[in-house]
Amino acid sequence: MGNVLHFMISLKVLNTSIHIIPAMKNSEILTCFQCGTCTGSCPSGKYTSLNVRRIIKDSIKKDISDQLDLWMCTTCYNCQERCPRGIKVTDAILSLRAQAVKKGSILPAHRAVCKFLIEMGHAVPIDDIHITIREKIGLSEPETVRKYPQALKDVKTLLESCGFNELVK
Amino acid sequence: MKDLSLFLGCVIPNRYPGIEKATRLILDRLGIKWRELKEASCCPAPGIFRSFDKVTWLTIASRNIVLAEENNTDILTICNGCFSSLMDANNILKNDAVLRNEVNLHLKKINKEYKGTIEVRHIIEFLHKEIGAKNLNKLIEKPLEIRVAVHYGCHLLKPTKDRLLGSAECPVFFDDLVEATGAVSVPYEGKTSCCGAGGGVRSAMLETSFKMTEYKLDRMKKAGVDCIVEACPFCHLQYDGGQAELEKAGKTYNIPVVHYSQLLGLAFGYTSEEVGLHLNTVRNPEFESKIAQIQNKNIFVSRV
Repeated sequence: MGNVLHFMISLKVLNTSIHIIPAMKNSEILTCFQCGTCTGSCPSGKYTSLNVRRIIKDSIKKDISDQLDLWMCTTCYNCQERCPRGIKVTDAILSLRAQAVKKGSILPAHRAVCKFLIEMGHAVPIDDIHITIREKIGLSEPETVRKYPQALKDVKTLLESCGFNELVK
Repeated sequence: MKDLSLFLGCVIPNRYPGIEKATRLILDRLGIKWRELKEASCCPAPGIFRSFDKVTWLTIASRNIVLAEENNTDILTICNGCFSSLMDANNILKNDAVLRNEVNLHLKKINKEYKGTIEVRHIIEFLHKEIGAKNLNKLIEKPLEIRVAVHYGCHLLKPTKDRLLGSAECPVFFDDLVEATGAVSVPYEGKTSCCGAGGGVRSAMLETSFKMTEYKLDRMKKAGVDCIVEACPFCHLQYDGGQAELEKAGKTYNIPVVHYSQLLGLAFGYTSEEVGLHLNTVRNPEFESKIAQIQNKNIFVSRV
């Protein structure tokens, strides 16, 4: 019976247009039996249109790069921890996001954060207010790339080398 | 065990420097051998950069790890996001030769090489494993008789297969460290739920992220706590800034947000101002005077 079932499932899979992206090959995503534990565990889904179960289902059938829901995940890992199939659900969402980014689907706020990293080596760079606050509580300039020009140059070299500037421009 | 290089990240030095100051004070007080991780950059933040491009995320993280390798120290993080990025990147690079080679090709351009010789630590798991709540309790000078809502933060605990700190459903090690200061960790509904900030949600969908924060704050308030204690500046920012935003919508909480470094600083007798609580958006004079009273009372007792 098991073999027959397996054969039927294989046929079903073959008849469906499958869009598993390369980075997700190890996510065992095809073993999902749509129980919904992921959706029930999702803190964001309580308030947003994010439905992790549906994302997993849809991602097998079609390209969902343009779905805003992908970016409503806080990557809390509840779904991945609780999945009875052991599917790396959060990792799958990260891979789907990377695919979306490759296709140019980048939210303006995220693009701005990327620009901060590219220009200053920090996703949250210091500002004048906080320089003053640091002085007031007896702290000097942070010992980060901000203080060391060659270090910042190195970070920029790496980002360029990885093609990140091109990716988010 | 190696000495430690303190990794500051972005939010602590650039938004909540009081946490940085408190961390310096408590590390010195505990006699922990540490130094600055000079020239460090963003970890880089897991929510956005790990989502965007895995190799870029690994490469920037690897540079920070290499800086610690050059110091021959482990890395000490005081942020769950930095812990997540650096620990996960370190694990991946140690175990995946293909990615390690790819990352090293990039690093070669700045004359660096990832070797995989150090560990990435987080202040909570470090204190839990290397000192322990019982021993820490013996060092406390001003037992803090306060009621605390402990917030672990997602990436301190998960993925559990990588963190190796036990179950994420009902953890106790952080509560133990909080109670070592004399405080009571008060149970509340949704304790291990997310603050709402992670995954790039805060930066792109602020209102949405605050709905998750509101869920948490409602339950903390109902439990009747004096303050929130976390060990992640991003959660800190979300709870502190979130209360100010929710106030505009007519919801008042007024619950001070305290990083564990700051809590431990208070229990060592440093004032609220010395550990930087006055730099929070949410100021609660009642809480600060309660802390001052506790600290002064204990001076009186010890003198008698």
